[in-house]
Amino acid sequence: MIEVRGLTKRYGDKLAVDNLTFAVEPGKVTGFLGPNGAGKSTTMRLILGLDNPTSGEAMVHGKRYRGLNYPMREMGALLEAKAVHGGRSAYNHLLCLAQTNDIPKRRVDEVLGLVGLTEVAKKRSKGFSLGMSQRLGIAGALLGDPQVLMFDEPVNGLDPEGIRWIRNLMQALAAEGRTVFVSSHLMSEMESTAQDIIVIGRGKLIANTTIDKFIAENSTGTVKVRTPQVDELAKAVAAAGGTATSGGDEALVVQGLTTDQVGDVAFGAGVRLHELSTHRASLEQAFMELTADSVEYQATVQGGSPTGTAPAAPAPGGGRHAVTEEAPQGIPAAPPPPAHETQDEHAGRTN
Amino acid sequence: MAAVTTERAQLSGLPPVKGRASLMGTIRSEFTKIRSVRSTYWTLLVLLVITIGIGVLVCWLTASHWNQASLSQKASFNPTSNSLVGLFFGQFVIVVLGSMTITAEYSTGMIRTSLTSMPRRGVFYVAKAAVFTVIALIIGEIASFVAFFLGQVLLGTAPVHISTSLSSPHVLRAVVGGGLFVAACGLFAFGIGTMVRHTAAAISIAIGVLFVVPIIVNFLPSSWNNDILRFLPSEGGQAIWRTTQAAHEWPAWGEFGVFLAYTAAVLIGGYILFRKRDA
Repeated sequence: MIEVRGLTKRYGDKLAVDNLTFAVEPGKVTGFLGPNGAGKSTTMRLILGLDNPTSGEAMVHGKRYRGLNYPMREMGALLEAKAVHGGRSAYNHLLCLAQTNDIPKRRVDEVLGLVGLTEVAKKRSKGFSLGMSQRLGIAGALLGDPQVLMFDEPVNGLDPEGIRWIRNLMQALAAEGRTVFVSSHLMSEMESTAQDIIVIGRGKLIANTTIDKFIAENSTGTVKVRTPQVDELAKAVAAAGGTATSGGDEALVVQGLTTDQVGDVAFGAGVRLHELSTHRASLEQAFMELTADSVEYQATVQGGSPTGTAPAAPAPGGGRHAVTEEAPQGIPAAPPPPAHETQDEHAGRTN
Repeated sequence: MAAVTTERAQLSGLPPVKGRASLMGTIRSEFTKIRSVRSTYWTLLVLLVITIGIGVLVCWLTASHWNQASLSQKASFNPTSNSLVGLFFGQFVIVVLGSMTITAEYSTGMIRTSLTSMPRRGVFYVAKAAVFTVIALIIGEIASFVAFFLGQVLLGTAPVHISTSLSSPHVLRAVVGGGLFVAACGLFAFGIGTMVRHTAAAISIAIGVLFVVPIIVNFLPSSWNNDILRFLPSEGGQAIWRTTQAAHEWPAWGEFGVFLAYTAAVLIGGYILFRKRDA
């Protein structure tokens, strides 16, 4: 159980975390979402007492982290995978952590085995890939067999097998009744892992709810229709008050009408349908719609996108336009945002 | 990479604990840290080689060229200082290790992992300083005693009797003081390292204070610099491994007390900043 009350952190004149209040419950995976620079990592540092809050408090099991008797036995955390001394072997790194909390040596061997680093245990971590470093960080978090776990962007740098492993691990930990709090800027990742989500943007709480509710409340559902008579159907839909946009070859994406209504409209207009389905908006989409105004670093269309995915034509209105808004509407499982490959919280959206 | 598994069953439970994480645990942890990186061994080896090597070289040259030495050189000759002269250079090596003991935590990012495992900063700081002090003291005493004994053996080869022994006045205090000096120099740099959190800056400042400041003061008119010198950390530190007392100095322990006071001030200053700053 992690409780955060009125948590605020100011760096100079910039509010990195702005009056956050939320609780992370045991027994499930809680996703902590927000665009790069939203304040996720800062919040986690505040929870661990690494940074001092400007105001407010963060509690773990009802105590400040610094007040815990054996911190690692109550809460395990992975902040940055590379926050290790590269000259030290994986084994000695974990051993020096274990010793601070009177954790026996054999436990070090066990967690090394759990994360699959036994064979490189005596190697200096300098030579580790980012994925191996993430595993080492997770091993450190698990050392004390804690009831509360907190991971900051744990899938960064992992290959698909590694991502699946972390996902399963987090779900297994939650299934054992532990509190699992995991941050990500990849909404698609959370969609398949978390049950609850806490969304922040520019340090402020945007949503604190379940995944399903979040999508239902924050994204308009659409209806996908395939028909050989696209033009007739588009007219009929428009006449019935919906909006139809082209969904590819012989297909339309309809907004503002339910599947029943679209079916009735098609029947009335004598249009043959080959497919009629609801499309539940992905978390990615809901997230982008919600945080469009609070993206910390925006790339203007005129300035060009660092990833080269921005359309050449200026956006209507010509104003500032978030990269994240450029995902085409109506396509399920929108591709991950361009920041996917960056490791740095702040590197993604800036040039 | 080995096959990964999500089987939680293979993890056995931890034996229960009472009370709270102790200072001893963090001391063990800090000892593991300092013994598990190569830079520690390299630095300590360089300290020994420089301190002992320079002392041996100087004593050998003194003994083999004794007959060519001038009367004033012979008059100012001090066998203890002669054999311990390497400490002057050794201090800069321990400054590097003292700084890096804390600044490497920052340059690697390890500090955030360390303070997550032991969030009580006072415990962490005391454990780190204590482990470093013990290691610096042991190596410093080894360097000082070996340099002294090897130096006296070489001085014994001179045509006349010029070597000394621990039983002569002030000699034991000076040789033991050599080790104390090494540890104190390292701690001084450790405190500065905690304040500035940057390896190069910490080493530069420590060497500046210990080496450059006395040179500048020496350029001042002697009526001034004699009054200033006795308050300098460098002078205070070196007095403890000399058998003679300069005119402008307090007795050896008094001078060393000045250096320890500076060291304590820097360590306390570092601690105050360490406690309240974001990691």
